[in-house]
Amino acid sequence: MSVVTAEPTASAEPTASAELTASTDPTEARAGREVYRDVLVELMGRDERHVCLDSDTGLFSATAWGESAPRYLNLGIAEQNLMGVAAGLARSGRIPFVNTMATFAATRALEAVKLDIAWNDLPVRIAATHGGLSAGHLGSTHHALEDLGVMRMLPNMTVLVPADGPATDTLVRAAAELPGPVYLRLGRGATPSLPPEAEPVRIGVAQRLRRGTDVTLIATGPHPVLTAVETADELARAGIDAAVLNMHTVKPLDREAIVEAATRTRGIVTVEEHWAAGGLGSAVAEVVADLGVACPVRRVAVADRFAAGTGGHRHLLARNGISAATVTGHVRRLLA
Amino acid sequence: MSDDHARTVRELVVRMCANPEGGHLGGSMSMVEILVTLYRDVLRIDPKRPQDPDRDILLLSKGHGAIGLYAVLAERGFFPEELLASYGTADSMFTAHPNPAVPGVEMPTGSLGHGLPLGVGFALAARLDGSDRRCFVVLGDGELQEGSVWEAAMAAGAQGLDRLVAIVDRNGLQISGDTEETMGLEPLGDRWRSFGWTVLDVDGHEPDQVRTALSRVPHTPGRPTVLLARTVKGKGLPYIEGQARSHYVRLTERGHRRARAAVLRGERP
Repeated sequence: MSVVTAEPTASAEPTASAELTASTDPTEARAGREVYRDVLVELMGRDERHVCLDSDTGLFSATAWGESAPRYLNLGIAEQNLMGVAAGLARSGRIPFVNTMATFAATRALEAVKLDIAWNDLPVRIAATHGGLSAGHLGSTHHALEDLGVMRMLPNMTVLVPADGPATDTLVRAAAELPGPVYLRLGRGATPSLPPEAEPVRIGVAQRLRRGTDVTLIATGPHPVLTAVETADELARAGIDAAVLNMHTVKPLDREAIVEAATRTRGIVTVEEHWAAGGLGSAVAEVVADLGVACPVRRVAVADRFAAGTGGHRHLLARNGISAATVTGHVRRLLA
Repeated sequence: MSDDHARTVRELVVRMCANPEGGHLGGSMSMVEILVTLYRDVLRIDPKRPQDPDRDILLLSKGHGAIGLYAVLAERGFFPEELLASYGTADSMFTAHPNPAVPGVEMPTGSLGHGLPLGVGFALAARLDGSDRRCFVVLGDGELQEGSVWEAAMAAGAQGLDRLVAIVDRNGLQISGDTEETMGLEPLGDRWRSFGWTVLDVDGHEPDQVRTALSRVPHTPGRPTVLLARTVKGKGLPYIEGQARSHYVRLTERGHRRARAAVLRGERP
């Protein structure tokens, strides 16, 4: 097994005008965090156990809670307390949804998530917005490139990364039913929807977006999954048959799907908005290593450095090599 | 003052510190009267139904006092006292910080600064349930140096959680020595008041004072209550009282006999 980290490629940088026109793209759907908000408001109205704990995110500023109003609590800018309060509520029979940015959940509040929530296996749903590089020009303080690795290390934690709006809707509803804690990684802005013909999204089961026999692309998150789909289409034109898996559940990982990829195709390329260490690529590589089969795994992820520099989400993705060009390069070297 | 329950608890604590692993002696001894009073006179709990949904909640945020809590729980009948003998042995359920596997332990604590946020959660849940359940959180004074304590204090004040009670075991010592020399906490009462709390000051070794103060909870409608309980670290063992070195102690057989004798002689004012 060989593991290679993607190097940033400058060639695929979008222009400033592409950034400006992105929001008018007809394939753009709503932001995952807005879909989450609307589904939560609906769920809160139906289930008395649900409590929404906010941390001055502004996400619910315009929300009319109606009869659910007492169960919406804004606890201010205090993420450690936020997680402890959620645990106390959950231990008392409530189902808290806590809202903060991904990097604050995964680093600033991590000990409370680990000890108060994960250890006690409590049904707290952590809605973590601004996942990956989606905070864009807000900078490295607000980029979450460690969260998937951190959260999947915690016992009892389920880690979900919806790739588009409809999947967000599905996964929020499914997460609400789980008995233990859930980390739900959401982006900041609107991201495109996947083609509607895809298989349904079920927790713990990789969504197969393309069938293929030469190589398997495994991706998580909106842009990485789309990048994988675009790459597969490009590869198909060159006669390379690539399978694409949307690994929306990073934990528990769909081992069967990885076993199949490792044994039935000639290699795996992972794609994610995360540092190469610890994220989806690491998780996939661990499964392949455990299998002991000779299957190359290459990881397209952010290199081992802070993704500094200004620019929007897509710009930073391209700058950091989360692009079809990078994935294609890996596939070609892998099959050569 | 002499109190049979407190003395029994102290005997159990020194016995656990005679284990080869030793134990957090000083901070367990300083809060004995606080916990004994809570479990005997204040908390609405039933040792036979430790998960009763209507029970009051006690969280030992200063989790290093676990052996003190275990001793009180045993004395209160949550489990047979004999089980405490396994403390310090392999696979014992009695870890040096509260283990939720022990009957009566509500949550694992001991990484400092977690208890009060949890308490805010319990108190909010009680309010949403329309219940008069109360939540008591015992904090160490050194623990107040953790920022999360003040996040929770601010939240409790802002939310007006008048059934949430913090009890600070104000023994004035932490591992390095005097809390005021390490990173000062005074004026401590003013600090809590400024976060919207009602502050009560008691002698933490006088059960009557602790009981009287806690019987007035909720003290002020819409305000959480904190008891600043003045205590002595290592209380009950005159040769170690008020000394930072009492924090963690491994008693030899001879040391155990000496400590037990001191405890049995009873506390002097």
